[in-house]
Order: sequence, then structure tokens, then C-alpha cells
Amino acid sequence: MIPLSWYLIFSAALFSIGLFGVLTRRNLIAILLGVELMLNAVNVNLVAFWRYGDVHNIAGQAFAIIVFAVAAAEVSVGLALVISVYRKRNTIIADEIDILKW
Amino acid sequence: MTVDQIIFLIVAAITLFAAFSVVTTGNLIRAAFWLIGALFGVAAIFAILHASFLAVVQVVVYVGAIAILFIFAVMLTRKDMRDQGAQLNRNWKFGAFLSALVFAGLFFLLRGWDGVSKTAAAFPSDFDAVAALGGALVSPDAYVLPFEVASVLLVAALVGAVYVAYNHK
Repeated sequence: MIPLSWYLIFSAALFSIGLFGVLTRRNLIAILLGVELMLNAVNVNLVAFWRYGDVHNIAGQAFAIIVFAVAAAEVSVGLALVISVYRKRNTIIADEIDILKW
Repeated sequence: MTVDQIIFLIVAAITLFAAFSVVTTGNLIRAAFWLIGALFGVAAIFAILHASFLAVVQVVVYVGAIAILFIFAVMLTRKDMRDQGAQLNRNWKFGAFLSALVFAGLFFLLRGWDGVSKTAAAFPSDFDAVAALGGALVSPDAYVLPFEVASVLLVAALVGAVYVAYNHK
């Protein structure tokens, strides 16, 4: 049998890789790709705790469904913002979108 | 080592490699395809965990909708996909240090918790997890309110995305 720690460490590694992408990528779309990886890591944790706890308590899976919905909403609004910024500024490099830093 | 442990390790290694490629590949189309690989890996992890419905939803929603949306967005902003400049910003060493610190912190936090080496009880053969999940999502005693709020959130995101991306000229 697989111990619970394997899932948790896998999920922590996936989260850290996503965090690295969010913190370091310059392209806005690549930053959103990192956010998707982090949300998936959270889902792995939720489902693992559902499986290793009482499987009749379905809360872990229900939370994972809500995370799916939030991820879909986040990515649609995020990509709409990226396209809007690209139309106005002709760039999606995060360093060059600095008008709020004046 | 049992067979399911070996399967888990192979899937986890492929998923983490794909995730690492997502954040390091310069070509954004390739990064989006690596993301599809990582999402399939997570779907396989769900299948190993007996969450069959979530594995299917992961493929349908993430791979079928979100990854395709990413590829469309990359193509609509194509000028920057060919960008030859640095893909990482100048603080990337600090970012790498911070994410390594988060991983190390989580790792040592997990080592200190005594529930971490627990193994799962055998999955009850008479338990229908999909039916239980469906019942819980529409039951007033369980999660009908978060479910409805999530649907309102999706409508708001749909309208907001159309408004933000609309060409107002």
C-alpha cells in the first residue's frame, strides 16, 4: 500500500514547482500556467485526505469539485485580462506592464 | 515494493517532470502541451486514489477546456511566443530559493506529523462514491449552497471574461 506521505510530498513538490513558475516567469500566460499547477496540487491533497480518512465522508471530493469550478473561472477571467492587456499595450511581459508603479 | 507503489512512483515522476518543463520551457505552446501532460498525470493520481469521477472531470475540464483555452490565448498573443529574450525575470534565483524553502518547510512539517505514514483502509466494495458525491452536491444537508454559489461564480466569470476581452472600439 502507498503511505499517505507519498501523496503529500508529491503534492508539495507540484505546489512548489507552480510557485516557482508564478514567481519567476515573465510572460503573463506562463504565470497562469503556474497557478494551474498549484491548484492541481491542492486537489491532490484534498482527494488523498478523502481516501485516507473515512471514505463515506465525501467532503474531500466535494471540495475538489468546487476547486475545479474556481479554477475554470480564474483561468477564463485571467486569460481575458491577458488578451485585453495585449490589445492595449501590445505586450504580455509582466515587467513591462508597470503603469501602477509610477 | 508492491505494484501500486511502482505505478505511483512512475506517474508521479512523469507528472513532476512535465510540471518542471511547464515552468522552464521557453516556447509557450510547448509549455501548454507539457501542462496537458501534468494534468493527465494528476488525473492518473486521482484514478489511483479511487476518485473515478474526479479523474474523468480532470480530463474533461482541465485538459479539454482549460488547456485548450491556454493554447488559444498563446496564439492570440503570438508575437510574444517568439520572444527570444529571457523567459525568467531577474529575481529568478530568489524565486527558486523561496519555492525550495516552501517545499522544505512542508517536508519537515509533514515529517513531524504522526499521521503521515498512515496507509489507506481497503476501499469498501459496496460503496458507490459517485452516487454519494452526486447526492452530497444537491442535498440541503450537505453542499447544495456551495454548489449553487459555484454556478453563480461561473456565470459571473463568463460575463466578466466576455466584457473584459470585448473590443470596445
